[in-house]
Amino acid sequence: MLGYAVRRLLGAIPTLFLIVTFAFFLMRVAPGGPFDRERTLEAKVLENLNRVFHLDKPVWEQYFYYLGNLARGDLGPSFIYRDFSVQQLLGNGLPVSIQLGGMALLVALLIGCVLGSIAALRQNSWIDYSVIAVATFGITVPNFVVAPLLSLIFGVWFSLLPAGGWNSPESMVLPVITLALPQVAIIARLIRGSMIEALRSDHVRTARAYGLPTRMIVVVHALRAACLPVISYLGPAAAALLTGSVVVETIFGLPGIGRYFVQGALNRDYTLVMGTVIIIAVFVVVFNLIVDLLYAALDPRVRYD
Amino acid sequence: MMKQNEERIFDIRDIRVTFDTPDGAVEAVRGVDMHVNAGETVAVVGESGSGKSQIMMASMGLLAANGSVSGSVTYRGQELIGLPRAKLNRIRGAKITMIFQEPMTSLDPLYTIERQICEPIRVHGGLSAGAARQRALELLKLVHIPDPERRMKSYPHELSGGQRQRVMIAMALANDPDLLIADEPTTALDVTIQAEILGLLAELQKKLGMAILFITHDLGIVEAFADRVYVMQKGLVVETGGTEDIFQRPQKDYTKMLLAAEPEGHKPPVGDDQPILLDARDMCVTFTIKGGFLSGPGYEVKAVQNVGLTLRAGQTIGIVGESGSGKSTLGRALLQLLPSEGRVVYQGTSIQGFDRAAMRPFRRNLQMVFQDPYGSLSPRMTVGEIITEGLLVHEPSLSGRERDRRAIQALEEVGLDPSMRNRFPHEFSGGQRQRIAIARAVILKPTVIVLDEPTSALDRSVQKQIITLLRRIQESHNLSFIFISHDLAVVKALSDYAIVMRSGKVVEEGPTSEVFDNPQSEYTKDLMEAAFNLREVLNRQAAARV
Repeated sequence: MLGYAVRRLLGAIPTLFLIVTFAFFLMRVAPGGPFDRERTLEAKVLENLNRVFHLDKPVWEQYFYYLGNLARGDLGPSFIYRDFSVQQLLGNGLPVSIQLGGMALLVALLIGCVLGSIAALRQNSWIDYSVIAVATFGITVPNFVVAPLLSLIFGVWFSLLPAGGWNSPESMVLPVITLALPQVAIIARLIRGSMIEALRSDHVRTARAYGLPTRMIVVVHALRAACLPVISYLGPAAAALLTGSVVVETIFGLPGIGRYFVQGALNRDYTLVMGTVIIIAVFVVVFNLIVDLLYAALDPRVRYD
Repeated sequence: MMKQNEERIFDIRDIRVTFDTPDGAVEAVRGVDMHVNAGETVAVVGESGSGKSQIMMASMGLLAANGSVSGSVTYRGQELIGLPRAKLNRIRGAKITMIFQEPMTSLDPLYTIERQICEPIRVHGGLSAGAARQRALELLKLVHIPDPERRMKSYPHELSGGQRQRVMIAMALANDPDLLIADEPTTALDVTIQAEILGLLAELQKKLGMAILFITHDLGIVEAFADRVYVMQKGLVVETGGTEDIFQRPQKDYTKMLLAAEPEGHKPPVGDDQPILLDARDMCVTFTIKGGFLSGPGYEVKAVQNVGLTLRAGQTIGIVGESGSGKSTLGRALLQLLPSEGRVVYQGTSIQGFDRAAMRPFRRNLQMVFQDPYGSLSPRMTVGEIITEGLLVHEPSLSGRERDRRAIQALEEVGLDPSMRNRFPHEFSGGQRQRIAIARAVILKPTVIVLDEPTSALDRSVQKQIITLLRRIQESHNLSFIFISHDLAVVKALSDYAIVMRSGKVVEEGPTSEVFDNPQSEYTKDLMEAAFNLREVLNRQAAARV
């Protein structure tokens, strides 16, 4: 198993390399550059800037220069946020995003599993229908609607929670709810479907025929099987949640890294975009590996060696 | 069989089971009385849809959500129908236990054998973890699982079907039950394994004295195993009595029909003067399980090793073997549906290694019929479209009217009403679907049909009709069959030459009468005994234990 994990991580290196290469050239193909402004800079200033940031060199030379720095763990300076390196920007923002995403993920898992299981156990009852209704709502209503609504209701009208900012535990509540809501919905639906299937399976019939208490049948025999599809979903979902959300961070004014991706791309802040891409790619690779290992831990029929 | 006292422990009265379906209420069981005395073996026999399993499911509170039950089921005077679940849970798994048809899926794939055997022991017996483990180990020894210490840590997928059924039996015996309900426990197993499991059940019954209620469609098992029989048809008990009475002096027509439904007749061998249609030599099929950067080195499985056969016009070669013997793989390799090595000559042309395009002109002559009459017919095509599809490829010049005429002809030939050709497969029964599959093959006027377990999913009485049909179309078209089956009785009735396979190799071959009546190899002998002389095998096993 350990050998498998190591092999998978080694296998991720060429993947990351391809992603970096692709993203690098894609950014350069996009028209414009980091120093194009509405008011054009003086030719001499622009020349100086380009020289400092090596933009006067041919693209392939810039590429190898970037790779060389990357190999030393240097993501380079940000082109727009002067005086900040990309490391500093991401290093400040990432903990916020991880905290936020991690909380949302936990909340979503907990509530999603409970709701989905209850719906499955009471299949076709009003409880089931309400869970499905809530789930559909959670998936269809976009977060740029949910976020300001929550902020307005709980932050402005009732003044129960901070409407924005990042300075107290309470300020996490609304962003976490906003981020978790669609995930709750997706997980609840997944669990409900696989739980219904698990409850109908032959081995659950065996457990019932052997007089095991219902609680034990549901938790031990049905839920574990029902969790497997959720775990597959969690790999990419966790990577996406933990690397921040533009909308939520913008509306609640949070210092996460989600906004850097969009801002960086719009500003042609080449190094910042590259840094964000690398972070997301690493998260995706790592979480997919975690999912696969978790899968093997939960299902003895899956073996890696 | 053991002498039982006359104490009724399980009493079913006027039980009715109804399922609420989109098409309205369906009565699966329509008022059945049944009882089991302490220590006796009772069989409930019937074809699929007779309601025999549903009685037990209803009694044990295991009906599907859309099922409802009325009537009375008592265990030692206690009413089980409507009993609160907590009270019912004290009886099921302890006093009354069940084993099921599918040993593959009846155990939870995610937990070890130890954990699953220990669960009911701890729930009912209140034993400590250590004591439960000890008991589980004893039980595995009781059901003769080799190396029980190691097996405790195994997961279900690491065990064979027979071993899994032994584990189920161990679970069933864990709390010294009064009654063991066995719902088709050997149907999914090979005949030799079936004989072992039945022998085990008989042995354990003698040792422990519980009653067994055995649900089966297989009369051979009933005759060898049961003291008393209930014969069920369409939700009712049509006849009941001692096993010998029922078998020697059946009163009801349905029982007589069931008893007569064992395949019969035999096929005389074809002469050496008949032309050779298909000649295969040294057939080998090897499956490579791929290795790779992430999954380590690959390995090879030799599914078929150096098998040859010569099929003459009008001949039926039966290929028999248990699961994993390579018989189906051989059938597919012969028709170039799988990559293989060796030599296959069809009417003088070597077709070995032909790809799809090269095989196309030969396909109409070399047809195949599969086991699963549900899965092998496209659900979204009408029967008419399904059976004429081949004509579009092989006789594209036919007009629509001519194709329709051929469809009518083919349906009539397989005994189906041609006016049903605009219906969809799900509207037909299993036997009718298999007729459709045969019509699809016959319409192309082939010379050879490979039939892969075509009767295995069907009830005996329906099987018999399909056998009659196959005989008739063979005679009228001088067809040659390669008949692949694990069911020795069917092969004996249909084929004139038999090949016995095991682990990819030919164990024995020859004219059917010789292979079946005078088998030479030990394996073939065991196979024949287990299939045709179950009672003898069980008696011998019992004698060996004394």
